[in-house]
Amino acid sequence: MSSTINVTTPSDREVLVTRKFEAPAPLVFDAHTKPEIVKRWLLGPPGWSMPVCEIDVTVGGRYRYVWHNDTDGREFGIQGQFLEISAPERIVTVETMDGMPGETTVTTTFEDNGDETHFTITMLFDSQKTRDMALETGMTDGMGMSYDRLQDLMNRA
Amino acid sequence: MSAIKGKLDGKRLDATFFALSDPTRRAILVRLASGEATVKELTESFAISQPAISRHLKVLENAGLIHRGRVAQRRPARIEPKSIGDVTAWLERYRDLWETTYQRLDAVLADELTLRKRNKE
Repeated sequence: MSSTINVTTPSDREVLVTRKFEAPAPLVFDAHTKPEIVKRWLLGPPGWSMPVCEIDVTVGGRYRYVWHNDTDGREFGIQGQFLEISAPERIVTVETMDGMPGETTVTTTFEDNGDETHFTITMLFDSQKTRDMALETGMTDGMGMSYDRLQDLMNRA
Repeated sequence: MSAIKGKLDGKRLDATFFALSDPTRRAILVRLASGEATVKELTESFAISQPAISRHLKVLENAGLIHRGRVAQRRPARIEPKSIGDVTAWLERYRDLWETTYQRLDAVLADELTLRKRNKE
């Protein structure tokens, strides 16, 4: 399988991630909205686990994810609210990340092409500064990145 | 965050991302990646005016993405390899992180597909 991910910055405040999945859209949609499936893959970097994964998939419903570093006990979480849900095509949420300023609007789309799904996720940050911070740390939409590795990167830069 | 933040030069990064947000400036960088060029040479390569090229170069220079030489009046522009490396490293790191996660999702989707097929039979 050669599903390569594409990450771009379409504007000063946005990050766009696109990817193809070898499964029909309803299943990819479920994999993003059913906690019992989300918990199996949205685990963050190696060494992290996901002890909290609560999702109320209704318009106005809330979700909360927490990741836990199994070595030193650090935790990182995000919480959000569903603004729009059109299963299995599109989800719009607004979320905040622990330790990060401002709210991020996250639009996820699932385009069904039979056996595969063209998937996009657009994160609109409240400012360019917040977006760049998220890019630097990788701490976006549940990607709790290890500070140690970030530090390595900073030391190299 | 605060421990990390101290290591970052936020202003510089703002300037870098701003510089990279423009398609013409990205095209200029691609051109400079193959070798230095003067404003005159760049004006010939791109269908825009000399002052416009100069403005773009100034933005790229402020962001530390390029370096302008001082050979008499020529001032050829060339790419600053270190700073380009910084930005690319961030984007690559970010992409790698997502890719690792999505490869896990690929496996979960494959499992679920098998399961759902079996349940239908």
